Amino acid sequence: MSDFLEVLSNYDIAGAYWLNLKLAFFSGIIALILGTILAMMRISPLPSLQWAGAAYVNVVRNIPLTVVMMFAAFVLWPQLGVQFAEKFADNFFWLAVWALSVYTASFVCESIRSGVNTVPLGQAEAARAIGLSFLPAARQVIMPQAFRGAIAPLGNTFIALIKNTTVAAAISVSEISLLMKGMVEAHGNYVIPIFLTVAAGFVVIVIPVGLVVTYLSQRLAVSR
Amino acid sequence: MSTQSVLFDAPGPRARRRLLIGNIVGVLVVLGIATFVVYQLQVHDQLAPEKWAPMIEARTWLYYFLPGLQNTLVAAAYSIVLALVFGLLFGIGRLASNRAIRWFCGVVVEFFRAVPVLIMMIGGWIFVSQVLRVDPSLGPLLGVVIGLTLYNGSVIAELVRSGVHGLPKGQREAALAIGMTRSQSIRSIELPQALMAMLPSLVSQFVVVLKDSALGAIITYSELLRSARLIGADSPFPVLQSFFVIGVIYIVLNATLAWVAGKVARRIGGRTSGKTQRPGALKGGVDVTASFGVKGR
Repeated sequence: MSDFLEVLSNYDIAGAYWLNLKLAFFSGIIALILGTILAMMRISPLPSLQWAGAAYVNVVRNIPLTVVMMFAAFVLWPQLGVQFAEKFADNFFWLAVWALSVYTASFVCESIRSGVNTVPLGQAEAARAIGLSFLPAARQVIMPQAFRGAIAPLGNTFIALIKNTTVAAAISVSEISLLMKGMVEAHGNYVIPIFLTVAAGFVVIVIPVGLVVTYLSQRLAVSR
Repeated sequence: MSTQSVLFDAPGPRARRRLLIGNIVGVLVVLGIATFVVYQLQVHDQLAPEKWAPMIEARTWLYYFLPGLQNTLVAAAYSIVLALVFGLLFGIGRLASNRAIRWFCGVVVEFFRAVPVLIMMIGGWIFVSQVLRVDPSLGPLLGVVIGLTLYNGSVIAELVRSGVHGLPKGQREAALAIGMTRSQSIRSIELPQALMAMLPSLVSQFVVVLKDSALGAIITYSELLRSARLIGADSPFPVLQSFFVIGVIYIVLNATLAWVAGKVARRIGGRTSGKTQRPGALKGGVDVTASFGVKGR
């Protein structure tokens, strides 16, 4: 046991987790913005925007995140010259953030759309009846209720995002799964304790988020 | 999505003109973005014929894409079968009348749902290759299958449980009334209907399995994504091009599965008293966490 703790102390586990949380934080914000824009496009009266939004969601949702991630690292940066920072590690961090955001945005879009589905038809009719056109109706009547109805699926998307940050290991961002890979490769005899330690970290992070989401989705749900 | 049609009126002449203008602007913006992308590709020499040529050569497909696709499908197939077994066992376990069994299955399912698939894959890979000392060439495949089975199995267990809970109460009451025991009722009345009802969600969970198998590239399993990288590392370095091809393959595979799921949902809609969940038609608030079997989902 003390040998195992010795092994653990050689690695910066907290720092690696911190990187995962930073990835989740930044890509969560970007994905929320992108996803909301996409959702607005998909419910807008303009067929061209509807079509573009649907195409985005259907393409991105069917491509594995690992492919998106590696595309960012092996095509976007070296082949197309997209660079976010001078420092190598920072650049890869931001490439990972964008890969996660672009991927997650399609799920955010679908979550918000499912939230729009919870708004009764009468609300939209009433908005029409008092003379609101599409944008004001969406902004003042539909969206505020849709967001509250979408908290549960949005929360699930966010939990998935937290877990998905591990995929950044594919492009050598030194987050927890890459650290774990290094640890278990060097200390194969401790593979189960190391796995349990790393997994416990995720249980500790993910389960409270899940509880908060459940609480909020019940608390903020529009009672009908 | 009937809400859509009400958010705006049936357009009159003026609104139709505005819609037309808006549409043209929308099309122009989309075309503008497309032009920008193509221009950037041109500038960075990605449209060069010699980079695209390997994508249609027989040997690229014979030695890279097709074996990669085969490995992807093999890993997905094993994982789907094992995840179904795992899911049924633990799903029924969560419905058991024995509290200890119920509690144990609950902890297992919640644990494996909270841990990222990649972490389980890495753990499983090293475990089988360094502790169990299996044939090294099998290690990555086993790692992928272990990771996918544990995660998707727990999601399926949740599906089973929510499927049984979604049945009308009268089903069980009637079973008990004609003298069946609790477990007989689950086995021969509730579970078959729940399975019927969860079939669409189950098929769309297969999309998740297929997508997540790409994580295998990280633990050196030579599936589709890894093949694409190998092609890209070969002169004249067609990385973008090989990623493009596998992207299309993934989209075709997954869109087909999603289409099957929708078809299944429509066909069996009337055959069970449980609620069939059409994939994509998520209802907020209700217990769809399971069918929302994440990984971005």
